[in-house]
Amino acid sequence: MTVGLNHYLAVSGLLFCIGLAGVFFRRNLLVVYMCIEMMLAAASLALVAFSRFRGDLDGQVLALLVISVAAAEVAVGLALIVAVCRRGLKPTVDELAGMKL
Amino acid sequence: MLPLISAAGITLFGLRRPRLAGVLSVGAAAGVAVLSLLVFTGTPFGEWWECSAEWLSVGELNVPVALRFDPLSLTMGLIVAWVSFVIHVYSLGYMRGDRGFGRYFAGLSLFLFSMLLIVLAGNLLVLFIGWELVGVSSYLLIGFWYQRPAAADASKKAFLLNRLGDFGFLVGLLLVWSKTGTVDISELECKLALDPGLLGSLATAAGLLIFCGVLGKSAQFPLHVWLPDAMEGPTPVSALIHAATMVAAGVYLLCRVFFLLALPGSAALELIAWVGAFTALLAAVIATQQDDIKRILAYSTLSQLGYMVMAVGASSVSRPPVAAMYHLSTHACFKALLFLGAGSVICAVHHEQNIWRMGALGKKMPVTFVTFLIAALALAGVPPLSGFFSKESILASVLESNVAARHALFAVAVAVAALTGFYMTRLVAVTFFGPERTQIAGQARESGMILTIPLLILAVPSAFAGFWGIDSAYASQFKGAAVEHAGVFGRIAAAFTHSPVATLWGLGAAIVGIVTGLAVYWNAATDRLPEKLGLVAGWARNRFYFDELYAALNEATHEFLSRLADGVDRWVISGIMVRGVHGSIELAGRLLRLTQTGNIQIHAVLLGAGIAILLLIVLQH
Repeated sequence: MTVGLNHYLAVSGLLFCIGLAGVFFRRNLLVVYMCIEMMLAAASLALVAFSRFRGDLDGQVLALLVISVAAAEVAVGLALIVAVCRRGLKPTVDELAGMKL
Repeated sequence: MLPLISAAGITLFGLRRPRLAGVLSVGAAAGVAVLSLLVFTGTPFGEWWECSAEWLSVGELNVPVALRFDPLSLTMGLIVAWVSFVIHVYSLGYMRGDRGFGRYFAGLSLFLFSMLLIVLAGNLLVLFIGWELVGVSSYLLIGFWYQRPAAADASKKAFLLNRLGDFGFLVGLLLVWSKTGTVDISELECKLALDPGLLGSLATAAGLLIFCGVLGKSAQFPLHVWLPDAMEGPTPVSALIHAATMVAAGVYLLCRVFFLLALPGSAALELIAWVGAFTALLAAVIATQQDDIKRILAYSTLSQLGYMVMAVGASSVSRPPVAAMYHLSTHACFKALLFLGAGSVICAVHHEQNIWRMGALGKKMPVTFVTFLIAALALAGVPPLSGFFSKESILASVLESNVAARHALFAVAVAVAALTGFYMTRLVAVTFFGPERTQIAGQARESGMILTIPLLILAVPSAFAGFWGIDSAYASQFKGAAVEHAGVFGRIAAAFTHSPVATLWGLGAAIVGIVTGLAVYWNAATDRLPEKLGLVAGWARNRFYFDELYAALNEATHEFLSRLADGVDRWVISGIMVRGVHGSIELAGRLLRLTQTGNIQIHAVLLGAGIAILLLIVLQH
């Protein structure tokens, strides 16, 4: 059995859905963060797979870009979580309800 | 044009220079009078000509400023011009020393101009402009003493009631125009002569709508209430409005568009006849119980106008409304004379207008008395004075008319004739005979020359106009057969031979009225009629409560309208529109607020769901 595009995409979709579910349902901010990273990784995997099967490098370049952006985003996000902890709050989504009207 | 220039000139320069204003205005009036005489004699008998200038041209509508000189307008113009001239001269004396002297003459000149515009107008639109101008200038003149609340109210009332009628006139005008495509009088007459069915079923409506304008201007029932109130103006103005001009314009208009009213299949004329008869009777009854000398005359004017309107209504194509115009002309003279005489009396007794506070003035004011008596007898229809002839011709035309109930109409006319004799006798007997009822009546003196000379001038046509053949001048307009008579006695004899029944009834009625009047009021110290008649007299004294009725009606309508407006405002505008919009938005906001829990994950779920829905929609297409 050869590994085709569909397999890659299936894995990518699965990863994305797991990440989405984590974002939707987990309480811990760190875990939510990791799930977001997982969704980005799923997207990157799909990009690389497309690139590989189309025979050009555009998708891979885009994947590199996504990785670097994700790194920056993680830095900001982790900093925010640290800030939350410093204010004496637990790093859970329930604590951050400041957008309630 | 002269009076317009004079009016403008006085307004611009003369308001503070009474002498200049008077000279200018009287000069203009004299010029018009002379010109009218020249044009009248210069135009061959029975012919007509027009002069016009381009004025308004919109699409297919072409309205020139057309002046039309035909027997009808020329004769009418002549009377208007001369009576106005006499009144102008009289005003010089009557208004002397008034602070608004210049303003008064400006109004008078404007009035004369607009009246001549009506008379000479060659198309209905120009006539309408004159019509409105008359309304405006009468407003200015009735409200001349605007410091008095009564005068201000009266002028407002006159103006508003006139507007009410004018609106109908305007609608009728537009109706005629939309159906025939022309407003020119001679063109309209040609078209309607060629095709009498041109207006179709709208003929009656068009006729009655135009008659609405007449209702207002000639103060016919139910718009008659303004005229007696208009007595608040200066007396010469009353003479001008009531005699030759404003109120006469209505009857004149009816004759002008008579071909329109007399279209086959139009029921307008019959209705007009009854409105006229009703007004005549109503006003005559009211006149018997008024105490104010000017109000008596005002109601008698109303009654005589009703007479003329009735005469128009009783005419037909084969019997044109010559009688109405004839009576209009003679009435113009003797009613102007009556008002000017009343003005002279009022001056003499220091602006006292209640006849029960006068008395025995006949000996002290001989000129006024004699001229007033001539006019009163003419009004009552005593031969050989002018009123006799015109009244006789009206009675004859009513008796010969095509109206279904012409005998009832004739009975009303005779009753009015009797009442006329009665109230004029009452007026003369109480004012000029009997005891001196108050001290001021005892001290009265004859008025000055400038007041008495116009009286004398007007007394001439009042007495003798019956012999001048005015009716044949009018008859030539309508291609009707004019009865030509030579000599004084021939005319009197002809009045009897032409239609003996009508004449004898009319004369009999007048005599009965006068004799009853003398019997009741000779040397009377107080009015004994109310005790004898009771309720009717009380009603007549209070003018049949028309003013109160109208006031109540007005109030009720007002109340209803304001309640309606209030309801709309409260429930529709404020309720549905303003509060509804505000409420529904607030409700939506409250509902949407529930979704804003602040929980990031719910936000994220909603975001995801939104994206999913969007993707679904995009991918499906």
